[in-house]
Amino acid sequence: MKTRDWQGILVTAVSIAVLVLLWEFLVAWMHVKPIILPPPSAVLRELASEFPWYMGHAWYTLLVTVGGFGLAVVVGVGLAVVIVESALLEKTIYTLIVGLNSVPKVAIAPLFVIWLGTGAEPKLAIAFLIAVFAIVIDTVLGLKSVPADILDLGRALRGSRAKMLWRIRFPCALPSMFAGMKVAISLALVGAIVGEFVSSQRGLGYVILSAQGTFDTARVFAAVLLLAIMGMLLFAALARIERWALPWHASQQEHRPSA
Amino acid sequence: MSVGHEAAGIRIDRVTRVFADAGITALAEVSLDIRPGEFVSILGPSGCGKSTLLRCVAGLDTPSSGVISVAGVPVTAPPEHLGIVFQRDALLEWRSVLDNLMLPIEFRGGDVAAARGRARSLLKMVGLEGFEGRYPAQLSGGMRQRVAICRALVDDPKLLLMDEPFGALDALTRDQLNIELQRLWLAEHKTVLFVTHSISEAVFLADRVVVFSPRPGSIADVIEVDIPRPRRLAVRTGERFHGYSTRIRTLFEGMGLLKEDA
Repeated sequence: MKTRDWQGILVTAVSIAVLVLLWEFLVAWMHVKPIILPPPSAVLRELASEFPWYMGHAWYTLLVTVGGFGLAVVVGVGLAVVIVESALLEKTIYTLIVGLNSVPKVAIAPLFVIWLGTGAEPKLAIAFLIAVFAIVIDTVLGLKSVPADILDLGRALRGSRAKMLWRIRFPCALPSMFAGMKVAISLALVGAIVGEFVSSQRGLGYVILSAQGTFDTARVFAAVLLLAIMGMLLFAALARIERWALPWHASQQEHRPSA
Repeated sequence: MSVGHEAAGIRIDRVTRVFADAGITALAEVSLDIRPGEFVSILGPSGCGKSTLLRCVAGLDTPSSGVISVAGVPVTAPPEHLGIVFQRDALLEWRSVLDNLMLPIEFRGGDVAAARGRARSLLKMVGLEGFEGRYPAQLSGGMRQRVAICRALVDDPKLLLMDEPFGALDALTRDQLNIELQRLWLAEHKTVLFVTHSISEAVFLADRVVVFSPRPGSIADVIEVDIPRPRRLAVRTGERFHGYSTRIRTLFEGMGLLKEDA
């Protein structure tokens, strides 16, 4: 990493530390009840006291999130490909998908419990449903963003439909697909938590809901902290995969033309 | 360095192209015979249908009436062994320079190893040796267009179509690429159909300059350029070159495209 990157990390770390200390100090100084806002030290103590228990629930939420997201990628990209390849499907399915996207998915969550029971399936389904729209819409956008002269070139080279799709449209769509996936991974986490809120005995969503029942505010904060870390790590992992998969795109962002 | 394909002749026979939706006649009864191995510039103002003609030859567009044949075969789809270069280089940003050059082989088939060797020697001819692994975003506009030209030549086409390939480049780079294109052409002797709106570029490169009149596009004049090759940039200030340019400029003035006294 370059010196500038390290400086950026340092600035972020220091500002977070300052905020946490301020929080600790203000809560003590203003005598805020721990049930309203526990000090960060209490949250960390709570987290440390039952760390394996927290990790177990976090693991469950992570699996549901990644599972729902993975399903959304496979189905979403597949749908986008058939939509772009068929004018009929674009008029029917795509219009339907864009319309459905405006329905608040959270409102349908209880339906999935009725349909799929109280196991992991309804949570996966909700994470999937919330995440899939961003992927379909951005992938369709990407597949259609191929410049006209590159399509002409492919035709002049007598490229088959499959070659045009896999060697021209698909790589051209990748940056847009990654943009969609970055939105979708955060949405999948939201979906997993919503699913656990609606009915669950496991996961961080369940931890939050049950702690709320006993007014254990420190426990709620501990779970929220884990969720925040999980969200950031998932996003960072995708960004890393993106840089690996699109070296040409990264090179465009980082270096200026050398000649 | 050519490995075998013979240059193709082109016969354009009373080709008309009407865009019915827009109510535009882009080409009206255009006829032209191009010999195998000939370099023909199509010169005309913007919107005169010269690109439409090139797209029809490439099989990317279909004439409303009339017939185009390449190497004796009527064009109904993109012909085999065709190289094409557009105004914007149409490089695939996600592929390295060498992988961009391999696209025609992947699409049309052929000997991959031989093509790779030919790709390297073409890049060397345009001064891009050592750039094989770079991505297009790391190249300048002139270098990108050089790569696009090499890509069009990599599987030894019978015919090279160029649609204002240097239109987006600065004047110096443009001159340099004119020289390099001449060198490539002298080495390969492909049939070239070169669309441009620059008088000096058209004359400098071509055996024949076909001057188009504005919409509906039709051939106003065909000028044989009798200047020996290899031509140096300095020929552009010579008497003969001046004679050709003046003749073309007079044609454009007659069409009302150039007016010195308003």
